[in-house]
Amino acid sequence: MAKIVAGIATSHVPAVGHALDSGKTQDAYWKPMFDGYEFSKQWAKDNPADVAIIVYNDHASYFGMEIMPTFALGIADSFAICDEGYGPRPVPVVEGAPELATHLGASLIMDDFDMTILNVLEVDHGLTVPMSLMYGTPDKWPTKVIPLPVNVVMNPQPSGERCLALGKAIKRAVEQFEGDLKVEIWGTGGMSHQIQGARAGLINLPWDIQFMDDLINQPEVLQYKPHLEYMIEAGSEGVELIMWLIMRGALGDQVNEVYRFNHVPASNTSVGHLILTPKED
Amino acid sequence: MKPDFEQFKDIPGTTIFTIESAREGFHLNQFCMSLRDAKNRERFLADGPAYLAEWDMTDEQKQAVIDRDFQRMLDLGGNVYFLSKIFAAEGLSYVQAVSTMTDMNTEEYQQMMINGGRNIEGWRSKKERGEA
Ligand SMILES: [Fe+2]
Repeated sequence: MAKIVAGIATSHVPAVGHALDSGKTQDAYWKPMFDGYEFSKQWAKDNPADVAIIVYNDHASYFGMEIMPTFALGIADSFAICDEGYGPRPVPVVEGAPELATHLGASLIMDDFDMTILNVLEVDHGLTVPMSLMYGTPDKWPTKVIPLPVNVVMNPQPSGERCLALGKAIKRAVEQFEGDLKVEIWGTGGMSHQIQGARAGLINLPWDIQFMDDLINQPEVLQYKPHLEYMIEAGSEGVELIMWLIMRGALGDQVNEVYRFNHVPASNTSVGHLILTPKED
Repeated sequence: MKPDFEQFKDIPGTTIFTIESAREGFHLNQFCMSLRDAKNRERFLADGPAYLAEWDMTDEQKQAVIDRDFQRMLDLGGNVYFLSKIFAAEGLSYVQAVSTMTDMNTEEYQQMMINGGRNIEGWRSKKERGEA
């Protein structure tokens, strides 16, 4: 049977992609942040997965305003890299996992999650920056990917309860898949940041750290945090953190904290990163 | 469940993008989206008003784009990720563009970020700040 073997959470800042792509990772500004991912790159080498389900959001890169799916799932063989306005990032094409993805899509819909199914999808920094942080700059990505875009841009976003429940349904679906696959679930975005208005630049590191603690120890409580609180305390774009709840839901009741990293700032953002594994009971 | 968009209006210096904004800003945001294409970026930068004339946007929205008044664009239904296509076309970073919405210049804003970002104290509520 397929199995969720780990959960990875990380911010996905576009400027981090620029720094990587223009060879600035050792600059004084960026080095402390990239150093924080050295452990993770080694961990990823030591713990290879077959497939990563990557929960992320599109930033007006592939989806326009014509269609705004609340939850979507990419089931294609591969996913091209979006031009976000600066030209596409020079990273390898993202290879899909259609067999697991079609199983997952069907299972989630039958479990009452009305997923939008994507046979074509170009992925943006929300998905590729986390991959670069975990895998560096390979010629070919070491894992296949099932992209799971979530609307966090337009209010109302899906509720925290719904996100945690989706994660739980993903876990069930993966475990019902016949085939011996090691599957990871990634939650991306956050942490506190606001990139608009007179309040732009808001960072709330104590809140971010508490969020991490609650995500690990009491997701059942955290799921009820209203979006308004994310917006006030973690900034208008901090609401992206609901995507971490999907990741957490797929890991089961108890988790081991393998790694934690925080860094302020990357561009306008408080960077947070976790590696979690399910605790066997 | 009854939507409550009013609850967001007390957050100071913040414009929450809602399903209502999505309707109001549809053409503005779609214009922004068109700048994903390098050819369109060139045309827009060569002659902004002519390029904007092709879009079914309100005059206020067009003027806000010409003025590069990002706060006004937000107020007229723009979403920051869509608006980012405008400043990306001009080679500006998020930090450069975002700082224009604050009362700081880019250097001051960048320094605030390096110093740990904007502290939330005093920025939770318009009522608290005496703005509402
Ligand atoms: Fe994001």
